[in-house]
Amino acid sequence: MAETETTSPVPPVQVLAADGTFSPTATAEPYLPYLDALSDADHEQFYRDMVTARAFDIEAANLQRQGQLALWPPCHGQEGAQVGSGRAARAQDHIFPSYREHAVGLIRGVDLLGIIEVMRGTTHSGWDVSDPRNGNFRPYTLVIGAQALHATGFAMGVKFDGATATGNPDTDEAVMVYFGDGATSQGDVNEAMVFAASYQTPQVFFLQNNHWAISVPVTTQSRTPLFERAKGFGLPAVQVDGNDVLASYAVSAKHLADARSGGGPQLIEALTYRIGAHTTSDDPTKYRTQEVTDSWVAKDPIVRFEAYLRNKGASEEFFSTVVSDAKEFTADIRARTHAIEDPDLTFMFDSVYSEDHPLMTEQREWLSAYERSMAGGAA
Amino acid sequence: MTMSIDAQVATMPMAKALNAGLRQAMADNDKVLLMGEDIGKLGGVFRITEGLQAEFGESRVLDTPLAESGIIGTAIGLAMRGYRPVCEIQFDGFIYPGFNQITSQLAKLTNRNEGSLQMPVVIRVPYGGHIGAIEHHQESPEAYFAHTAGLRSVSPSTPNDAYWMIQESIESNDPVMFFEPKSRYWPKGEVDLSGSAAALHASRVVRTGTDVTVVAHGAMVSVLLAAAELAAAEGISLEVVDLRSIAPIDYAPILESVRKTGRLVVAQEAPGNVSVGSEIAATVAERAFYSLEAPVLRVSGFDVPFPPAKLEALFLPDADRILEAVDRALAY
Ligand SMILES: Cc1ncc(C[n+]2csc(CCOP(=O)(O)OP(=O)(O)O)c2C)c(N)n1
Ligand SMILES: [Mg+2]
Repeated sequence: MAETETTSPVPPVQVLAADGTFSPTATAEPYLPYLDALSDADHEQFYRDMVTARAFDIEAANLQRQGQLALWPPCHGQEGAQVGSGRAARAQDHIFPSYREHAVGLIRGVDLLGIIEVMRGTTHSGWDVSDPRNGNFRPYTLVIGAQALHATGFAMGVKFDGATATGNPDTDEAVMVYFGDGATSQGDVNEAMVFAASYQTPQVFFLQNNHWAISVPVTTQSRTPLFERAKGFGLPAVQVDGNDVLASYAVSAKHLADARSGGGPQLIEALTYRIGAHTTSDDPTKYRTQEVTDSWVAKDPIVRFEAYLRNKGASEEFFSTVVSDAKEFTADIRARTHAIEDPDLTFMFDSVYSEDHPLMTEQREWLSAYERSMAGGAA
Repeated sequence: MTMSIDAQVATMPMAKALNAGLRQAMADNDKVLLMGEDIGKLGGVFRITEGLQAEFGESRVLDTPLAESGIIGTAIGLAMRGYRPVCEIQFDGFIYPGFNQITSQLAKLTNRNEGSLQMPVVIRVPYGGHIGAIEHHQESPEAYFAHTAGLRSVSPSTPNDAYWMIQESIESNDPVMFFEPKSRYWPKGEVDLSGSAAALHASRVVRTGTDVTVVAHGAMVSVLLAAAELAAAEGISLEVVDLRSIAPIDYAPILESVRKTGRLVVAQEAPGNVSVGSEIAATVAERAFYSLEAPVLRVSGFDVPFPPAKLEALFLPDADRILEAVDRALAY
C-alpha cells in the first residue's frame, strides 16, 4: 500500500502529547506566548467548539443517509486544526473556506443550517457573507483550489485599502484561506502563492493535510512535505500537529499576527486525518486500510484535549453540559432540516445578473406560465 | 428474433460497457493509457475504470495529482511521445482548469504543426444532470468544445454505442471529447460485441415516425424516446434522431427526416443560448428551408447556471417539455 506520510526532518509544532499532557516540542517555543494569553474559559470554548462541530457533522451524515441531503463531506477528525485556526482569527479577519470547514463556520457565527441547505440542494451558498453575523466567512467553494486566488486578491485589496499593518491588531485585517493537500497540486493554489508573495499580502494559507484527496494519498501530490514547498514561493511556512488544538491555535495566532502587521503571506500545514469517507458517496475501504485510520483515531483531537482539560481539573459537570448542549444543537438542526422548503421555481433566474436581463425575464415568464398550464390552469 | 443465444451479444449498463471498451482498447494497443483523478485504486468515482489498474498496472492507469491542466497538458506530451492517452475528468464542472490546454493546445497542435503532429487524446467527461448532485456536478459544457476547431466531440446514448464509440475515439488520430451522459450509466442495454453498428460520427434514426422529427444527444435521447411513446398514444408520430456526434454533426439523416416530416424539435440539457441545438436549427433552416412547415424549435436547459439540485427537474427538459414544443411545431 502507498506510503501516506510526507515526513519532515523537523518535527511538527505540538504542545499537547497524544495523552493530553502539556509537553511542547522545541519547535513550539516561538508560539507559546500566544497560549499564555488564553484563559480557562477560552480552553472550554475550544472544547465546546470541537464537540459541537463533531456532533453536527455526525448528525449531518445521518441526515444524508436518511435521504435529507444529497451529500455530506465530513470534518470528523479535523476539528483540532479547524477550531484552533478558527479561534485564532480575529473578528475583522476574512475567511475563505473550501467545503469541509464546518467547525470554522460555527466559530464565525454562521448558522450551520446554511451548510445543510447547500448539501441538500436548495441553494448554492447557504449564507450571506455581507451579513455581519456571518463573521466574514465566505460561502464554500467546491472547485478545488479556486478560492486560494480569491483570498489572495481580497488580501491585495485589504493592503491597497490600507486596512492592515497600521499597528493596531484590533482593526488590522488579515485573510485566511483553507484548502487541502490535494488542492496543492492545482495551478490556482500555486499561482495564489506567487501573487501573494509578489504583493506581500496580509494572508495566511491554511493547508489541512488530511492525507487524502478522495482515494489519492498525499504522496501522489508531493514528495516533499507540503509546507516546504511554500518556502520556495518565499512564504514563511510551518508544519503543525493539526490534531492538537492548542498548537493549531498558537501557530495560527502568530502567523495571522505576522500577516496582519506587514509580514506578508504565511503558510501553515496542519497534519491531520480524514477519519471518515471523503463524502457520503465515497467508499474508503477500496483504497485504505482500517489499521491506518485506527492509528489516527488514537490521535483524536477531542479526546486529547479532553484529557488535557481533565488534568487541569475541569469539572464533570462542564463535560456533561457540553455534550447535552451539543445534543440540543443537533436536535435543532435536525428539526430545521426537516422544515427546509424547496426554492420557488423562478429562484434560478433571480440573481444570474445584477440587473434586469431580457433572457431571464423571458424565460422566467415562460416557465411560470408553463408550470401553471401543467398544473391544469389555462395554457 | 430467433431464440438462439448469441454469445456476441451481452447485456450490461453503459458504465460496464465503457469499462469493457476501455479494457479492449488497452489490450489491443499498449500505447493506450488512462489518466485521471481517482481512476486507479478506486476505479473512478463512477467506477468506469474499475479493475483496469489491477489488470494493466500503474503505468497504464495513472492516479494523477489533482490538477486538470496537468492531466491534459501531460496527456499532450504523452501523445507527442507516441502514447494514446485517455483522460478522465471527474465531473463536467471540473473541466475548466484544463480548458486552456484543451482549446489552445490540444485542439490546435495538429494545425500548428501543419499536419506533422497528431493528437490521439481522448477526454472522457461524465456530464449532465438527473443525479441530484451539488454545484458543478451536473453541467453540460459540450458547446464550448463543439465550438472549438480541431476537436471532435461525441456522446453515446446507449451501452452499445458507449462500448464501440470509446474504442473508435481512442483509434481516432484527432483529439476527441467523449461526453458520457452520467444519468445513463446505470440502465442496462444490449451490447453487440461482434461489430460496430455505425461510424463514430454518424447520426442515426432510432425511432421512425412521420409527423415531427426530434433530435438530441446523450441522455436526452431517452427522454425523446419516452416522449415519442406518449405522443404515439395521442396519435402523433415522432421520428427520433440520435446525434451521437456533436462535432462534426452528421446532417444527412436529420435533413432526410425533416424533408419527410417538415417539422424539427431539437432537445438538449445544456442552456440553449449559443448551443449545439442552435447550430442544428440554423443549418436545417439553411439547407431544408422549403421542406419546413414550422420553425425549428429548441427545448433546452434555461440560460442560467445549473440550479441547486432541488430545481433540476424544472431546469432539465422532460418528455412534457418536448411534447409542448411538438404541439407548437404542429400548430403551424
Ligand atoms: C477542479 C476540481 N477537480 C476535481 C474535483 C473533485 N474533487 C472534489 S474533492 C477532491 C479531493 C480534494 O482533496 P483535498 O484538496 O485534499 O481536500 P479534502 O477533500 O481532503 O478536504 C476532488 C478530486 C473538484 N471538486 N474540483
Ligand atoms: Mg485532503
